[in-house]
Amino acid sequence: MTTMELGAEGLKRRLARAERRGKWRAFLLVAPLLAFVLLSFAMPILTLVRQAAYNTLVSANLPKTTALISDWKVDAPVPEALCEALVVEMHAAKAIDPAIPSRIATFVNRERAGSLSHVKQVANADIQAPYCAGLAALNDDWAQPEIWRALKIVAPSLSPRFFLQALDFRLQADGSIREQDSDEALHLMLFRRTLWVAAGVTLACALLGFPVAYLLAHVSLRVSNMLLIVVLLPFWTSLLVRTTAWIALLQHNGVVNDTLVALRIIGEKGRLEMMYNMFATLVVMTHVLLPFMILPLFSVMKGINPNFTRAALSLGATPWTAFWKVYFPQTIPGLGAGCLLVFILAVGYYITPALVGGQSGQLISNIIAFHMQKTLNWPLAAAIGTILLLGVLALYWVYNRLIGIDKMKLG
Amino acid sequence: MKTFTNLLLASAATLALTVAAAKADQLTVVSWGGAYTKSQVEAYQKPWMAKTGNTIVSADYNGGLAEVKSQVESGNVTWDIIDVEPSEAVSGCNDGLFEKLDLTKLPKGADGSDAKADFVPGALLDCAVGTIAYANIFGYDSTKFPGAKPTKVADFFDLKTFPGKRGMKKEAKVNLEMALMADGVAAADVYKVLATKDGVERAFKKLDTIKSSVVWWEAGAQPPQLLASGEVTMTTAYNGRLFTPMVTEGKPFVIVWDGQQQVFDMWAILKGSKEKAVAMDFIDFSTSTQPLADQAKYIPYGPTRKSSAPLVGKFMDGKTDMAPNMPTNPANMGNSLVQSVAFWSEHYDELNERFINWIGK
Repeated sequence: MTTMELGAEGLKRRLARAERRGKWRAFLLVAPLLAFVLLSFAMPILTLVRQAAYNTLVSANLPKTTALISDWKVDAPVPEALCEALVVEMHAAKAIDPAIPSRIATFVNRERAGSLSHVKQVANADIQAPYCAGLAALNDDWAQPEIWRALKIVAPSLSPRFFLQALDFRLQADGSIREQDSDEALHLMLFRRTLWVAAGVTLACALLGFPVAYLLAHVSLRVSNMLLIVVLLPFWTSLLVRTTAWIALLQHNGVVNDTLVALRIIGEKGRLEMMYNMFATLVVMTHVLLPFMILPLFSVMKGINPNFTRAALSLGATPWTAFWKVYFPQTIPGLGAGCLLVFILAVGYYITPALVGGQSGQLISNIIAFHMQKTLNWPLAAAIGTILLLGVLALYWVYNRLIGIDKMKLG
Repeated sequence: MKTFTNLLLASAATLALTVAAAKADQLTVVSWGGAYTKSQVEAYQKPWMAKTGNTIVSADYNGGLAEVKSQVESGNVTWDIIDVEPSEAVSGCNDGLFEKLDLTKLPKGADGSDAKADFVPGALLDCAVGTIAYANIFGYDSTKFPGAKPTKVADFFDLKTFPGKRGMKKEAKVNLEMALMADGVAAADVYKVLATKDGVERAFKKLDTIKSSVVWWEAGAQPPQLLASGEVTMTTAYNGRLFTPMVTEGKPFVIVWDGQQQVFDMWAILKGSKEKAVAMDFIDFSTSTQPLADQAKYIPYGPTRKSSAPLVGKFMDGKTDMAPNMPTNPANMGNSLVQSVAFWSEHYDELNERFINWIGK
């Protein structure tokens, strides 16, 4: 009896060990993939969020200044110890790397335009005690509280200020938050516009792509292959070429207007304004993104059994009912995939709208590119990017609740 | 076995050759591409390579400092010299992306003048040396205005006398200064006025008067296209972009120099470049009097050295005199402005936010 129990125990243990080994092996097999996903996906996103929220430039290079200024009340006079710490530490930082003072100056300048040169001066000037008077002698700006307040805002290593700025709020030195001046607030407006453009393009792609995909799925293989090439051809053409082609078509003296005038549909004075406005943005983006809608729809429609519709018809359904109640629901996975693809791609577009959209062509991605390329304000770009990512994830969540992501089909 | 030894020998020999080739120095010089890079290759690169035996690899970029920043911060610096605008030269210098340059070895001008005095004001910065000055001007299609012709910067804003759409770059820079000058601010006072809140209001108010007629452009290639297609009757542009279709295609464009705003293109060396000394030698050579004058043969941008001006000859077509087409030509400088790097490095973010907000309304 006991030997048998022992044997059963031993077997169980051995089985468990074998299972564990199997699990390890399976894990080792997927480990490269996991590492790849972590490295290429999770890491960049985490770096992005970190870039936006955490920066030690000031706190690491001016530690004493950072500690003193966080205790300083924004309405109180600036203590001598703070002035001394700033002067001493700016010189020390310059000795380590001459670029540090100017980087700090750029940081301060972003909170208060016009401070750049005054902050930079501190590291270059020879200032002796009393330091506060010395700073004021260097530039009257240092006798005013504003520049110190700006320094207080940028000093902490962990700060929500870039996220606030991305949402049109500004952090103030006393820790309160104010709304961005109405003539400088632009991010929310651009987020809204970007979402509307993306939604409009998605809708247009769905309306135009559905019949095309239907046609492709229901003609003979030879014809559908031909048509597929027509759909894919723009795919192989450079984005800029396609955009320029649309400019040639739609502009004031473009092909479309010339044709309409020649056919006397409109007069010379009545030429349509189809370029450098929202209309142009929608048309061109729809054209560029249409294949992303057609392809998943096509492959899903290919797989729909025609007998279902036939059965519905033979049971007395009208053609419309048969289409709407029987055929259409089966295309939802493809339609959903297409919409999601087009929408997400449209949210990130910026070259096309910038070229054809005129004053409405400025979208949120333009601002991200602007801060990446021109102002080197990467933390702000990262904050806007993070918020955009969260917005897209929220939409994805809504999509999942409404349609179900498991139902999505790309082919 | 024998073949293996041979193979080994052969690869060793190749390796030795590669090392030998790398001994002669190689620079990677990054610029804006197209006709502009070509003018640099002809006037600077080829003579320098012939003189020193070093080689230069040219690469193109689209402006901005993102690539430079990622190269410097990752420590993997593959570019040596880059052609930047002053604002990028200053912000890159502030951010520690460029080497501080030793400007004491810049050669004297051909007329014997000291280098520091020979360069026009603003062309020598801590981290960059100016090579050419281009101008933000406005131009019009002369067939659209058979009667009175636009001659002053204020005419750009006069929709009554000179009807039609206007092309403008979708950026705060240039436009705000232009608006103030058109509103009667003297060129010398523009940045003083623009530094005040009232001045900014005044500039935007002036821009408001033509806002509904503006077609906003993004890339330098667009303005000549906008003019040629009749989309606009007048547009701001870089002077070289209008010059080329005027001279090579005979387009009826006219450049108005009144209120021109000059900007430099400058050489800067990336921080951590492995060829810093060689790169500096190239900068010293290419910014000397003769190469700067030679460049004007290929593109209508003005040399930054005063001593180069008298040496400027004809365009490569052999008949067009370049001097009258230069932004730095005294006749074109009557009412002109050098874009202020100091101003824009402090106010770029703020005014650009304001500008985009204004455009979106």
